[in-house]
Amino acid sequence: MRHLLNPLDFSVEETERLLELATDIEQNLPKYSHVCDGKKLATLFYEPSTRTRLSFESAMLSLGGSVLGFSSANSSSATKGESVSDTIRMISCYADITAMRHPKEGAALVASNAAKIPVINAGDGGHQHPTQTLTDLMTIRSLTGRLDNMTIGLCGDLKFGRTVHSLIEAMVRYPGIRFYLISPDELRIPGYIRQDVLEANNIEYKEVNNLDDAMPQLDILYMTRVQKERFFNEEDYIRLKDCYILDKKKMKLAKEDMFVLHPLPRVNEISTEVDDDPRAAYFRQAQYGVYVRMALIMTLLEVEKPC
Amino acid sequence: MLNISGLKEGIVLDHIEAGKSLDIYYNLGLDELECQVAIIKNARSNKMGRKDIIKIEGGLDKLDLQVLGYIDHNITVNIIRDDKIVEKKRLKLPSRITNVIRCKNPRCITSIEQELPHIFYLSDEKTETYRCLYCEQKYSK
Repeated sequence: MRHLLNPLDFSVEETERLLELATDIEQNLPKYSHVCDGKKLATLFYEPSTRTRLSFESAMLSLGGSVLGFSSANSSSATKGESVSDTIRMISCYADITAMRHPKEGAALVASNAAKIPVINAGDGGHQHPTQTLTDLMTIRSLTGRLDNMTIGLCGDLKFGRTVHSLIEAMVRYPGIRFYLISPDELRIPGYIRQDVLEANNIEYKEVNNLDDAMPQLDILYMTRVQKERFFNEEDYIRLKDCYILDKKKMKLAKEDMFVLHPLPRVNEISTEVDDDPRAAYFRQAQYGVYVRMALIMTLLEVEKPC
Repeated sequence: MLNISGLKEGIVLDHIEAGKSLDIYYNLGLDELECQVAIIKNARSNKMGRKDIIKIEGGLDKLDLQVLGYIDHNITVNIIRDDKIVEKKRLKLPSRITNVIRCKNPRCITSIEQELPHIFYLSDEKTETYRCLYCEQKYSK
């Protein structure tokens, strides 16, 4: 039985197989509409994340399965003090697979140690968010036709932004990847990503404060939201939230074939005037997220690909 | 020269950094043992200048070598039987330690689930860096 806790749980070859399956799902959606008939997905969301939860539920429903779960800790036994391990043991009796989001780092690992069903980490605090990474990989691969030899700009909250950490860990496995890490000093990438991931793999990277200077070099610009809930005080949040706003003027500095990604939801870091630019790929990215989660559910449930 | 009688059967922890023997005494839980324990501080050493030594009467089952390896992997563990050193164990940094140190990250799952064991893994042998298995936060002493 496999779980997905970290983007690195799947090798490059396994990731490639998963992305191929997701692409086939995208192109032949009706073929997959009954492959999970009778199977149940439990969505255990200890903190609200409507988008991720609905993406998982949409994925399972599109495969013919059904869904159950809770969407905040208030509506679960966590309020009564039940441990993650006990909850997952109980859920193992009710469902065939589970997607779990929890505000504490490492919660998905604890769940996987006790589970009798595959566990998908749908985000554990500021730590990992592997299905967002798979979504990002599929988006990049679908739009550019490759996952190697490119310059990726990561912009915004690089300190607490788990999607950024997961994406870096996944992308360093492909040859010819370079990063521009664009953030205010207060929100720079954590030391362990810099040392254990970037430097340990001899990855070329630059840490810069200015988005404009980096724009012409980029093949992919990955924008992130400066999340209010990651700050301990509101003053810091207000001071930093508008640092990096992408607008038409900045887009003029970019290559014609660059693409803008964003894990969504955005607040104001991408001006709505950019939405009509053909290089704005963030809404397509959300659609790819459903296909990749469908492929993941099938893979972890070991469901055969239909003929 | 101070004389302390030899061990017939037991363990001698040698090459302890001078001044660290009492920390080791408590970290290994030697204060809770019923057997004889001798602590020698500031013994003369050709290799180290000064060193501490701990002599413990009894078998190796009294010692958690994992904890000792984490505290100081340069310590030599001599096993004594019939007044002779029958084995010298070299310690190494353990690849994983359980419930020796605690994760201090307030965002870690261990901060709210008290029953979970605190497990750390060796992420970089060169820099002797340990990280929490759950949140991957680096442990700083």
